[in-house]
Amino acid sequence: MGNDAIARGALEAGVNVVTGYPGTPSSEIVEQLAKVAEESNLYVEWSVNEKVALEVAAAGSYARLKSMCVMKQVGVNVAADSLLHIAEYGTRGGLVLVSCEDPGALSSTNEGDSRPYAKMMEFPLLEPGDFQEAKDMAKWAFELSEDIRNIVMLRSVTRLSHASGNVIMGELPKDRPKAAFEFSSIPMDQMKGPILAFPTLVDPLRRRQLEKLSKAEKIFEGSPFNKYTGPAKPELLIITSSVCKLYVQEALDILGLWERVGLLKLGTTWPLPSKLLEQHLGICEKIFIVEEGTPFLEDNIKALAAEKAKQVGIKTFFGRKDGTLPPVNELNPDLLIKGINFILGESYQFVSDEYKAKALEIIAAGAPVRELTFCPGCPHRASFWLINSALKLDNRAGFLCGDIGCYSLGAGPCGFSTIKILQAMGSGMGMASGFGKLDKFGMTQPIMAVCGDSTFFHAVIPALVNAVHNRSDMILVVLDNSGTAMTGFQPHPGSPSGAIGTRLPVLDIEKLCNSLNVRVEMGDPFDLKGTRETMLDLLEDGGNPRVLILKQPCALSPIKKGQKMYEMAIDANLCLADLCGCNKLCTRVFKCPGLIWDTQKEKVRIDEVLCTGCGVCADICPAKAIKA
Amino acid sequence: MGKKLSCDPYNLIIAGVGGQGNVLASRVVGDMMIHQGYKVTIGETFGASQRGGSVMSHLRISARGGFSPQMPKGKAHMVVALEPMEAIRVLATYGNPKVKALCNTRPIQSVGVICGDQIYPEKKHIIQWIESLCANAGFFDTTKQALDLGDSIFGNIMALGALAATGDLPMPLNIFKTVISKKVVPAKIATNLKAFGIGMELIKDKK
Repeated sequence: MGNDAIARGALEAGVNVVTGYPGTPSSEIVEQLAKVAEESNLYVEWSVNEKVALEVAAAGSYARLKSMCVMKQVGVNVAADSLLHIAEYGTRGGLVLVSCEDPGALSSTNEGDSRPYAKMMEFPLLEPGDFQEAKDMAKWAFELSEDIRNIVMLRSVTRLSHASGNVIMGELPKDRPKAAFEFSSIPMDQMKGPILAFPTLVDPLRRRQLEKLSKAEKIFEGSPFNKYTGPAKPELLIITSSVCKLYVQEALDILGLWERVGLLKLGTTWPLPSKLLEQHLGICEKIFIVEEGTPFLEDNIKALAAEKAKQVGIKTFFGRKDGTLPPVNELNPDLLIKGINFILGESYQFVSDEYKAKALEIIAAGAPVRELTFCPGCPHRASFWLINSALKLDNRAGFLCGDIGCYSLGAGPCGFSTIKILQAMGSGMGMASGFGKLDKFGMTQPIMAVCGDSTFFHAVIPALVNAVHNRSDMILVVLDNSGTAMTGFQPHPGSPSGAIGTRLPVLDIEKLCNSLNVRVEMGDPFDLKGTRETMLDLLEDGGNPRVLILKQPCALSPIKKGQKMYEMAIDANLCLADLCGCNKLCTRVFKCPGLIWDTQKEKVRIDEVLCTGCGVCADICPAKAIKA
Repeated sequence: MGKKLSCDPYNLIIAGVGGQGNVLASRVVGDMMIHQGYKVTIGETFGASQRGGSVMSHLRISARGGFSPQMPKGKAHMVVALEPMEAIRVLATYGNPKVKALCNTRPIQSVGVICGDQIYPEKKHIIQWIESLCANAGFFDTTKQALDLGDSIFGNIMALGALAATGDLPMPLNIFKTVISKKVVPAKIATNLKAFGIGMELIKDKK
């Protein structure tokens, strides 16, 4: 996997400190390094959030260790304030920030592109174009960082991080460095002075930072990761980076256009190697810029082409801005085939229209949409059932602010469309804090927010503190399923062990909330009756923030080991279907994938492959036909 | 390097639903090919997939390598489907008149079907549709046989056995044994070998 390659590259570079916060598609990098932490003498931690993760990694660098910090694209926003200051000062030991991004939002709520941070905060950006480069460039990123003494960002995307290919491995270093933080010299002595971001130091620090950037550019001019393939005078020059290189190559292979089209693949995308680009922009009038995310390369290359207009001549640009490629979503070889053919006036068809028409017809008739859903036995299904019914019974148009995790699906049919606002990590609680203060403007709706246990530590605590201090009228429901479930059960500060399995002190969410002097209740989402009563009571007890912690491990959690709590069965005599009056509550509304409505027998039945035996459906069936 | 591939790149898709062991299956095939000297690119779509979504792995098997983790549309040579509706979905996008398919017939109902908003098509229609989109299709109920082995998850390895039996890709049992031994805990190796063997027979019966 691309992520394994990045982890290997870091090991070959001799990385010492590894930090991160889990997020698809980045999580495997830290997980893989955690596995070899002992034998490779690494310190690996899952930090509370990305900002702290970057600070912990920076501490490693300032103590002259090689450090790496890993996150998904949205994490870079969380870390951005620290990133700005780290980049302004520079680094001591090599410091690499790995951002794994998700064009097409395959498992994200956004298509965030962190590349502009490199330009905005003036540090180098590397984008590997295949699996071998993922390994080689991860290693090189540390060398570059130590060469220019600043942070380097390595950007991957889902189709590299979560794809696999052949990689030739290198040697692992043997040296064991000693950590120490030196502060004996003056503040501008980067390796030996105190590290201070003072207003009076900004001018010299910024000048030093820009020198590092021009040093990087000089190195990039000769980098083997920037490579041109194609004729000396092509009809079309394609400039690309990242895994898009593979899409372009495949498109050119299929179209047989390697003799007419040139490909400049860039591995170093900020600062741009301006001489190399000047040389290649000069060989062709038509330039096609291929990238995912924002038009980052496109804008920067256009600016460079304008600057060098005298030398390279007037160009016609194609890319995401003029519609040659769609402006959003991820790319693929087919979109490249279409784009290249549009520019060159060629055409291509592999599968006949007749086959395509037949396929479309069959899809329409026979492939119902497979929407995402909570797993069978997921505690969130029960939690949202409870919150949804409590808000309905309360009958004051109350609503739920959501957050990021599996429980984001609470906005969809499997969560009974209970979540009405869903944005960033921690923002459900923050917004609930705001809504809960609008009574003075006549707002009377009850406000609830949900978050998971990992999210609680990551970003909810400051928002909850805000609500408590400002006496916001709202209820926070913590869906504690004992781990960072969505990304693969990484531990968090509430877990008994860390990334490498060592036992660590557990931070108790209930105790933390109690220390805020607000009403805190505990509940089990599988105890529908008891928890519903608590929830309704909390809804009536308005005026201040209240917290309800619903504790039940994830159905897939290693803690549960696939054990069923109950062996579910149906009493066919009691399931009356249309005669019951329940209108198939179990399947039509509750929708657990462990249940099947047998349309022949007109009875519910248990899917023995999928059912995990949580027993909740037995409490939902009004006829008591489902037995636990 | 093993023998020359029937097509280079050989484009294989393994499709299913989250939780069916799709990712393991694709990595087993990938490792078996790499073991024989081929270059492999595997593109996977997962992440949200545990939550009942469609999962699809694209395998590009080649002597030279460098292929995209996303297969171009219409370019599949073989589709292995662990769930029948997913076979249709994948064939409609990546199929062509020459494509072959191996398909588990046991449905996993989507939420839309469970709640009654949508209808899961009848088995005979599904088979007919898949056949009309393929040059050659084989069907089996691996879920049932896997449950007999103790867990429906073994259906993924049975499907690989069936794929091996087609002879389209070099997938000898001894190499499967080497690869699977590194992927699962020692206690599960024997059952996986058994599942692979059962899978190989599924296709022999057909012929």
